Amino acid sequence: MTAPDLVVIGAGALGAATAYYATRSGLSVEVLERGAIVSGTTSACEGNLLVSDKEAGPELDLSLYSNQLWNGELAEHGDLWEFEAKGGLVVASSPAGATGLTELATRQRAAGIVVEDVPVDRVPEYEPHLTRDISGAAFYPQDCQVQPMLMAAHLLRMAREAGAVVRTGVTVTGFLRDGDRVTGVRTDQGDVPAGHVVNAAGTWAGQIAELAGVEVPVLPRRGFILITEPLPKTVFHKVYAGEYVASTQSSDESLQTSTVIEGSASGTILIGSSRERVGFDRTVSLPALREIAGKALRLYPSLAGVNVMRSYFGFRPYCPDHLPVIGLDPRAPGLAHAAGHEGAGIGLSVGSAKLLIQQITGAEPELDLAPFAPERFALREAA
Amino acid sequence: MSETYDVAVVGAGPAGLAAAVTAAEQGLRVVLVDAGRQPGGQFWRHPDESVPSTDESRGQHQWRRFTGLRDRLRALESRGSVTRIAGHQVWFLEPVAGAGAYALHLTPTVASEKTPGVPALVTAVRLVLCPGGYDRQLPIPGWDLPGVMAAGGVQALLKGHRSLAGKRAVVAGTGPFLFPVAAGLAEAGAKVVAVCEAGSPAGWARTPGGAVAVPSKALEAFEYAAVFARHRIPLRTRTVITRISGADRVESVRLGRLDSGGRLTGLARADLEVDLVATGWGFTPSMELVTALGAATRVDVDQSLVAVVDAWQRTDVDRVWVAGEATGVGGALLAVAEGELAGFAVGRDAGRPVPDGGTRRLQRVIRRGRAFARAMHRAHPIPAGWRDWLEPETTLCRCEEVTVGEVCAARDTLGATDARTVKLLARPGMGWCQGRVCGFAAAALAVPPGRDLTAADLAPMSRRTLAAPISLADLAGDDHG
Ligand SMILES: Cc1cc2nc3c(=O)[nH]c(=O)nc-3n(C[C@H](O)[C@H](O)[C@H](O)COP(=O)(O)OP(=O)(O)OC[C@H]3O[C@@H](n4cnc5c(N)ncnc54)[C@H](O)[C@@H]3O)c2cc1C
Ligand SMILES: Cc1cc2nc3c(=O)[nH]c(=O)nc-3n(C[C@H](O)[C@H](O)[C@H](O)COP(=O)(O)OP(=O)(O)OC[C@H]3O[C@@H](n4cnc5c(N)ncnc54)[C@H](O)[C@@H]3O)c2cc1C
Repeated sequence: MTAPDLVVIGAGALGAATAYYATRSGLSVEVLERGAIVSGTTSACEGNLLVSDKEAGPELDLSLYSNQLWNGELAEHGDLWEFEAKGGLVVASSPAGATGLTELATRQRAAGIVVEDVPVDRVPEYEPHLTRDISGAAFYPQDCQVQPMLMAAHLLRMAREAGAVVRTGVTVTGFLRDGDRVTGVRTDQGDVPAGHVVNAAGTWAGQIAELAGVEVPVLPRRGFILITEPLPKTVFHKVYAGEYVASTQSSDESLQTSTVIEGSASGTILIGSSRERVGFDRTVSLPALREIAGKALRLYPSLAGVNVMRSYFGFRPYCPDHLPVIGLDPRAPGLAHAAGHEGAGIGLSVGSAKLLIQQITGAEPELDLAPFAPERFALREAA
Repeated sequence: MSETYDVAVVGAGPAGLAAAVTAAEQGLRVVLVDAGRQPGGQFWRHPDESVPSTDESRGQHQWRRFTGLRDRLRALESRGSVTRIAGHQVWFLEPVAGAGAYALHLTPTVASEKTPGVPALVTAVRLVLCPGGYDRQLPIPGWDLPGVMAAGGVQALLKGHRSLAGKRAVVAGTGPFLFPVAAGLAEAGAKVVAVCEAGSPAGWARTPGGAVAVPSKALEAFEYAAVFARHRIPLRTRTVITRISGADRVESVRLGRLDSGGRLTGLARADLEVDLVATGWGFTPSMELVTALGAATRVDVDQSLVAVVDAWQRTDVDRVWVAGEATGVGGALLAVAEGELAGFAVGRDAGRPVPDGGTRRLQRVIRRGRAFARAMHRAHPIPAGWRDWLEPETTLCRCEEVTVGEVCAARDTLGATDARTVKLLARPGMGWCQGRVCGFAAAALAVPPGRDLTAADLAPMSRRTLAAPISLADLAGDDHG
């Protein structure tokens, strides 16, 4: 067997999208996943593809680029992963919050996002069951939704059908080197040589980088989600509390929650979510669940008697500057990263993967990858 | 916050009753929490006690064992040694950080039945978990028609409400628990047209030690034999229902014959006309509370996920004991013995003198009961061919309306290799019952045919972050009143 052009470590959203775009560019690919497919954070999140929650900047540009892919070349597969362009309604519960929302919208419009101001008295036309006790609202028609596990599984399937090999239950334990150059990986089931290796190990990408002797600071940020019993349609769009944006950007260690509510195809309502830096602590935190429930009720008081059936949690992969790591790593030629997408890895997966494959195949990436460069942390420290 | 109890017992079935009474009689302060309104659990479910009745024991077995335990419980309750919280479920269980205690968060089983004065939270130093289990189900084409019920559900209606779920019944599946259901139906006036047992009678003969070792069990079997004879109930062994048909509800079933390896060899020529189908394939223990605490689990002979306990019913988690079905499905009397032993064990842990002879006797009873249960499980396996009569359109998960075909596609087309991934991609077990009905079958369909189920396969369908549903308002409310 000849060595594949690309070995991808991890079969989550990023690994799946990378494998998909690699096969579309004619590369031979082998995906190595230590668990089952989509067994990482991709199976413990919501499927929001958001532009609304991002400040103007490189992440928003990447988000818009991905948004075009979801709505463009990938639209034909949308049904496979329950793609829905349902739009997001962001609401502010205080006058100060409303002002913040208006200012954010101005900056986002300048960056190319469509934002519709919604006068408070017209909010019921969007969300009839939402509390009337709000100070401002904005509608983001570009916000979309997918079922993340189906999305990743189908991208992997299409990659397989184009010749990719997906091996589960294989743990990467080290790298094959030729001098500085990375020439493949070591696994618990033997060596796999490769032209290039892509580190798509999500929250564990920092550990993989370490195996290659480079520092990529990806850390876990825990988040809980609640799921209700199935209901007749009650929540029509994605609905967020305005403080959501501040919370995604925050570096606070303690428990924070900000409300994201959406109805799913099966009638259940997904209520997110919390953000906490507690390492990989897997104990269920009742205070987090309580706070999420309480804030959801402030937006939808009529849900008080609705039962929560279950909850789950995941570990968002975040970098200190809240930007993902995408691109070839000059410190270890042959190695590239596609990781650290924090709370947006589903939405950003396809854009990140397509740009990375452009870079690996020597094409000019359609979007500048410099802000996401893997070596940026070391450079900053040196400076 | 109110007092911290010496011990909290969850479940007031045979195991939990015995545990609570035994612990309290040694002077421990006990709180007994049960989802049901009356004690007795699954085995001793009975009509409303507040309605005077002269035939409370009708259709019951070992009833005097129950009334004995109930009398002791009432005495202990009136002395204030046991606080019984009925009609409430533990929806969340957690250690209290730094306090050497456990917190049990409670919610009314029926939301409208909020009882004033019942706390939303109780704490206890020790825990005895006796959550029992529920009927294990396997999908059959047509099993989502009205008129198809779990054998346990049929029996609960009979025992709890004296109500008959149908007039012409067929009882099918495997295991000795089908007998009391068929007998109960017949005694209550239904025509039982057949009891279909997938196993073969030779199964018991192969394990002579088993039935003899537990005499009361054997007696019970004779008792059922008499009922079967009286009502002319045909027992068909190595027989399964391969299809259930009807327009809006059950009208008929098709039977199939199995060979000694559990494979289908042929179909009966004529369908049986029935209006009630009761099925059961053994039990699935309730494991959400056990797994919530991270206690060690194993796969039992009957392919159920169960708690690992030592000779004193103790788990590997500090001050947590488990008794009854959650340590291995073995019937009510074994559950009582385990509960009693756990009651002594918590007493011993609290420094109470424990009757040596008594506990050694219990340990012997439990060892024998376990051996008997193993023999029973070996004689009544899930037939190897159970997948063969499924069709792609057969519903697997009734809550989410997921078909067998969709589950197989997640495995074969999308690359799922385990139960968790199948659940994520095809949604079985994601609905109201959270996999309690279809979890076993979904896990079994997820793995390649022929591979035995492992704890890792079963855990995703047994673990539930919330052990019971809870309203958003109650979840949001702070229960440290
Ligand atoms: C509560 C919560 C809500 C979220 N909501 C959203 C949302 O609405 N929208 C959105 O876009 N994003 C959301 N996210 C973020 C999103 O889930 C992640 O950014 C994304 O799933 C990351 O995908 P990944 O492929 O990088 O990582 P993963 O899915 O974790 O995949 C990495 C894989 O690498 C494997 N791996 C690790 N180490 C090794 C090794 N040594 N060898 C082999 N394999 C290995 C792992 O097993 C894993 O399967 C949310 C996250 C959380 C926690
Ligand atoms: C159809 C059928 C026929 C049977 N026939 C026989 C027979 O002939 N002989 C025999 O020996 N056995 C028989 N059994 C089995 C017998 O019912 C069980 O062995 C016995 O009930 C097990 O006792 P247990 O205490 O472990 O559990 P259970 O009796 O199931 O009691 C558990 C209790 O815990 C409660 N509980 C569970 N979780 C929670 C929670 N989170 N919060 C609060 N409460 C909770 C439940 O509501 C229940 O009341 C039969 C069972 C069925 C269904």
